[in-house]
Amino acid sequence: MAETGMRPPASPLRRRALRALRWLFTPLRPDDYLELINPLWSTRELRGRVERVEPERGGAATVLIRPGYDWVGHRPGQYVRLGVVIDGVHHWRAYSLTSSPDRADGLISVTPKKVDGGVVSPYLVEQARPGELVRLGEVEGSFTLPDRLGRGLLFVTAGSGITPVMSMLRHLADGPGLHDVVHIHSARDEDGVIFGDELAALEKQHEGFRLQLRITGRDGRFTPAELDTRCPDWRERESYACGPGELLDALQAHWTEHGTAVRLHHERFQPIVGGDGAEGAGGTVHFTHRNVDADCPPGTPILVAGEDAGVAMPFGCRVGVCHTCVLPIREGRIRDLRTNVVSEMHNEIVRTCVHGAEGRVTVDL
Amino acid sequence: MSPTTHPFAHLNEAQLAELAREFDAIHDRVRADLGERDRRYIKGVIRLHRQIAVAGRVLLLGSRSKVAWTAGTGCLAVAKILENMEIGHNVLHGQWDWMNDPAIHSSTWDWDTASTAAAWKHSHNYIHHTYTNIRGKDKDLGYEIMRIDPHQRWHPAYLAQPLYNLLLMAFFEWGVAVHDLDIEAIRAGKKPLKDVWHDIKGISGKARDQILKDYVGWPLVSALAATAVGRLRQPEPRSRRRVLADRARGRGVRGAIRAQLAAVRKEGGGTFAATFRADFTANIIRNVWAHSIIFCGHFPDQTYTFSQDEVRDETRGGWYVRQLVGAANITGSPLFHLLSGNLGYQVEHHLFPDMPSSRYAEIAPQVRDICRRYGLPYNTGPLSRQLGTVHRTILRLAFPGGKPRPKPGPYRGDEVEHRAA
Ligand code: FES
Repeated sequence: MAETGMRPPASPLRRRALRALRWLFTPLRPDDYLELINPLWSTRELRGRVERVEPERGGAATVLIRPGYDWVGHRPGQYVRLGVVIDGVHHWRAYSLTSSPDRADGLISVTPKKVDGGVVSPYLVEQARPGELVRLGEVEGSFTLPDRLGRGLLFVTAGSGITPVMSMLRHLADGPGLHDVVHIHSARDEDGVIFGDELAALEKQHEGFRLQLRITGRDGRFTPAELDTRCPDWRERESYACGPGELLDALQAHWTEHGTAVRLHHERFQPIVGGDGAEGAGGTVHFTHRNVDADCPPGTPILVAGEDAGVAMPFGCRVGVCHTCVLPIREGRIRDLRTNVVSEMHNEIVRTCVHGAEGRVTVDL
Repeated sequence: MSPTTHPFAHLNEAQLAELAREFDAIHDRVRADLGERDRRYIKGVIRLHRQIAVAGRVLLLGSRSKVAWTAGTGCLAVAKILENMEIGHNVLHGQWDWMNDPAIHSSTWDWDTASTAAAWKHSHNYIHHTYTNIRGKDKDLGYEIMRIDPHQRWHPAYLAQPLYNLLLMAFFEWGVAVHDLDIEAIRAGKKPLKDVWHDIKGISGKARDQILKDYVGWPLVSALAATAVGRLRQPEPRSRRRVLADRARGRGVRGAIRAQLAAVRKEGGGTFAATFRADFTANIIRNVWAHSIIFCGHFPDQTYTFSQDEVRDETRGGWYVRQLVGAANITGSPLFHLLSGNLGYQVEHHLFPDMPSSRYAEIAPQVRDICRRYGLPYNTGPLSRQLGTVHRTILRLAFPGGKPRPKPGPYRGDEVEHRAA
């Protein structure tokens, strides 16, 4: 089955009323008819309506969405799974929420940066239009501010790693206040700083907010060793890092060695799946019922191998979160593309989006 | 009985392989082109179904009026036809799975008919579409109760088949519901009791829901609505004299209650029955329609059946040709095709069961062109003619004997077809 949005936490009364009426509408549900009036009324799946799309610097755009009435809210730093229909097909991606949860107009926003060769981000940045419906999945993520803001904060971000932190900054600025916050942000060039103007404004308005912009195209990459000069009390701070994998790896190592590792929170955007320099030998996937053999080079998920061979594969998030893509493996060896662990399968169910083949794999589809 | 010579005996292996490539190419071209336009189509049909269904139910609230009853029953019948044919049948075939939409997906869909989605996907999508027209394998050939092909051995029970065909027509959904049970296998002891029990539970659950909705739920809703309106219009159902008499006898309250109940019974009861009849009629209309369209898919004169020997080493090309000559089309307007779930394009549907039905009309000329070039028949005709030959066969084969009907031969282009018609 294809991936669905989040089940709205409708009031028990409403749920019970709908359930009591369900037998009159079987095999459909009262929801199917209520949706004719307003698609946001569904109690089956949370939806939202695109209100505006605002271009940002660096090839990004902020998509402002009016969520259904049952939106549960989020904590700054969390992400949401977003389902959009592009040329008739549902696609799901997870994006950090960039809006402050306390926005007066109740809108939420995500700010994708256009990825060349991507499907969803170019669509959202260039083609999404006001009025369009989107599906809203679970709000997830533990990259959130501490319950008590006892100590100072340090943010280290790079590129679109700014997005979850933006939600935190906006929330702090509106509410508890931006006291004692240091933010080191890297971008390739000056014009590419997403939210550049707003960050500058925040710095001007708030004494306690110290922004250190790093233009890597000019000044080179930021290294953790610089922390001692840029933010000498970094060990004392609750720290949040978000950006490319290498940066996060370096920071983690630095905190483990010189600081207190539990003080460093980090957010990886997507689990790293396959890609260049993948390990293993790859293999072939045989789809039994379709009677198709698909080539599966190293680093290629079975899902992609199947699609390339023309098999209609079930999929959702494509990053190992939703379990939409699970298929039974009759036999063969598969490699977890995130951890590189290889395992032998016999009639086991596997997420095809994060596993590649090692040798010949037989899939029941 | 003389074996039928098959219409593709003249094709050699290489030609069949080439033909398979051509059919594959049609499939791939459409697949690559699927997009927003197709999604809008199916979403539109689904919305249309729901609107007509709502209109029908609302009209039937006043089902004591002749006009409302007729209009409501009509709406309901059309809604059920749309839902079963263009939506249910095709969604359950996985024709819309490519959208990755959880609400329109073969794995989650259920339809407004007695058979369960799971059973139907097995008996229809798998058995019938794989073993199309193979005698002894395709259970849709006569549905295990009829002699529809002269190769089937005659039995006195078939004498009654014109009669039970009529019954099947009226109660088609129930026939389809028990179809997957596979009575033959149960009788031969080949089907584990556990599976039989599982199937029966599925069928009875679905049956209960359907009956409750159509024959209890909605009649009750109509009755309640009628009663409420009646009370609003006329709060006091007794005559003035009656009221005074009751009061004089000291039974003011009791009399009032009794009178109210009598009025409710009269208004509500009548409406309940009227909506009940409307639902029943709508179901019968839908059943007769579905039966007619579906029987025209494989049983008109021109179609071929196959023995198991003939298909032993079937190639992909052979599979395509079997689908092609085992099915028959019906000509008609776009509205007709919508209401028949595009099964007027049965040939195209059998070649590409998982292609969105809305695309069949557009690939039909390409299929006809292949038929013309390879000297293969392309079976089609107006509903009256197709249906006529189906029922003639059912009548004739109720009696012993019978020969395969003469076949029209290879397709020679539309002109010839039109002149012949
Ligand atoms: S597609 Fe979501 S887990 Fe694989």
